[in-house]
Amino acid sequence: MNSNAPASREGSRRIPVSTIRQFIGQHLTEVVSALVAVALAIFFAIQSPNFLTSDNALVLSQFIAPFAIFALAEVPILILGEIDLSVGQMYIAAPFFVTYWHHAGIPVLPSVVLSLLVCCGLGFINGLISISLRVPSFIATLGMAFALRGIILIYSNGAPTNPIGSHMLVNILGGWAWSEAIWAVGIAVLLHVMLRGTTFGLHIVAVGGNSESARESGIRVERIKIWCFVLCALLGGLIGILDGYHLGSLDPATDGLTFMFYGVTSAVIGGTALTGGRGTMVGACIGACVLGMIKNGFLILGTSSFALDLVTGMTILLAMILNVQIEQATSMRGPRGSFSRAVNLVFSIVTQRGKGKVRS
Amino acid sequence: MTPNGGTNGPAGVENVLRTEQLSLSFGPVAALKSVNLHLERGEVLGLVGNNGAGKSTLVKILTGLYRPDGGRIYLDGEEVRFRSVQDARQHGIETVFQDLALVDELSVYHNLFLNREYTRGGWFRFLRNRTMRAAASRFLDDIGIDIPSVDAPVAKLSGGQRQAIAVARAVRQENIKILLLDEPLAAMGAKETSLIIGLINSLSKKANISIIVIDHNYTHLFEICDRINVIQHGQVTVNKSLSEISLEELIEFMVQSFRRDVAAGDAK
Ligand SMILES: Nc1ncnc2c1ncn2[C@@H]1O[C@H](COP(=O)(O)OP(=O)(O)OP(=O)(O)O)[C@@H](O)[C@H]1O
Ligand SMILES: [Mg+2]
Repeated sequence: MNSNAPASREGSRRIPVSTIRQFIGQHLTEVVSALVAVALAIFFAIQSPNFLTSDNALVLSQFIAPFAIFALAEVPILILGEIDLSVGQMYIAAPFFVTYWHHAGIPVLPSVVLSLLVCCGLGFINGLISISLRVPSFIATLGMAFALRGIILIYSNGAPTNPIGSHMLVNILGGWAWSEAIWAVGIAVLLHVMLRGTTFGLHIVAVGGNSESARESGIRVERIKIWCFVLCALLGGLIGILDGYHLGSLDPATDGLTFMFYGVTSAVIGGTALTGGRGTMVGACIGACVLGMIKNGFLILGTSSFALDLVTGMTILLAMILNVQIEQATSMRGPRGSFSRAVNLVFSIVTQRGKGKVRS
Repeated sequence: MTPNGGTNGPAGVENVLRTEQLSLSFGPVAALKSVNLHLERGEVLGLVGNNGAGKSTLVKILTGLYRPDGGRIYLDGEEVRFRSVQDARQHGIETVFQDLALVDELSVYHNLFLNREYTRGGWFRFLRNRTMRAAASRFLDDIGIDIPSVDAPVAKLSGGQRQAIAVARAVRQENIKILLLDEPLAAMGAKETSLIIGLINSLSKKANISIIVIDHNYTHLFEICDRINVIQHGQVTVNKSLSEISLEELIEFMVQSFRRDVAAGDAK
């Protein structure tokens, strides 16, 4: 069987009929989310002259960046069909770890590194409890979240403090207005390459799609899952430290669960399936943009902070209903319900046209 | 128990695989009680048995997925203990599982190369997708399996096509010595069936690969096998070469023992 040898000529005889059509078919939810994001941008731009300004771009980036990093951290775990509820609390706790190590007499940078290692360790524990001890990850990580909250409240006595550090480092880490956005983009690119371009990413999707098949193929399912929990905790800790420097103060009583849910919501809006097997980093970023724009946009429009949650909730629901219906309409199981049928019709017309273009 | 692991097949042919008193229980269910079987070099062994007899469990032990509670496995006369599927693969054992072990979400070529990806970049293990796709496409063409596109997710293929992919994945390996096929023909049409049967025959004759096939269709088995083993309640009860048993006799035997099981069940 000499075909085992790497191909001498790249490219296959079976070239896809239309790459664009296939791309849209495979990434439909991402495409729809992107359209939703564009629609939102247009809506807010029409409603308020203050939305599309460079000043607001900065504010918007500060809304989106943390959502995006939380979402990026959750995507691999969600693909695996698990969830990490503790990542938000990891975010709250990590800067306190830094102050702890610093007070113990360690310089800032090593303290940061050490704190991130602690986060990795906690993520590893998350993984061990939910994978090796078979406690559902929902409960295991919820326990971790409360435990972390308790630890930080005890350690800080409930009193807010300031993050420690020298000037230059603080700027890189999150003091500069744009630094968080840059971190978010960097992490997104890295994780995207990891998920789409490496065996680790491929195995994550394989385990999430069908863990029994993955096991039969010799993939070490447990190991993959535990690594994803470690990665998630690490990113949670990282964004926590960044945001700590960005905000300039640390409040141990902040509710981490809310942050985590923003991340999960962003990921799901961007097409990650809560049931596992599907999800992209690009989608997570688009989802974070949608969520960030909703928050920022309605604030600019002068929505009261009480009404803001209501509007946010409704918009999320709308976006998700659209997503799910379109997904169902075009899935292999065929359309169900009149809405699905209508969407399917539109989609088939669009794709038919796509086909025609390729032929001509 | 022979001390020298057993290089003594009936015709003096070398045994590539031999098991001694393999047993495995799932809680109260004794899936395998004491399985003794052997496989000669280049031979095709047919494994039959009713649903739940323990055939798939045996395959999963031989492929390193389950660890047996007791018993021994010998490869070429040497005792082995598989620590993982990878370990068994390194010994040259390839498997087509009953559930096919395909991941619906992944493309055909990713499934074909799952956990054996072509990579670059050392420790980072970046996927060489284009090389894999080209190789997958060429390999499927070579062995005559026809599918619309290697880029399509496996979920879009028919049951028979999926089975063909699973078989192709197993036989693609170069160091393959033993091939385990757990109902590889169950969902296949006539054309694909004869294709796979042809593939199995040529593998065993040309490449000198030893094969165990599980199938409920005895007609198929008689086309490809040299010998038949019957598993009942976690034990090998019949071991006959094709010259010793006819299709009719096998069917008769299976029906009789099925009646006896039912009667025993009623008596309880
Ligand atoms: N993972 C498992 N957990 C618990 N019990 C199992 C498991 N796998 C198999 N069994 C039990 O072991 C017995 C043997 O199952 P096995 O799958 O080996 O049968 P089989 O001979 O392959 O049947 P079939 O012809 O239907 O494929 C059955 O009673 C089954 O219920
Ligand atoms: Mg079976």
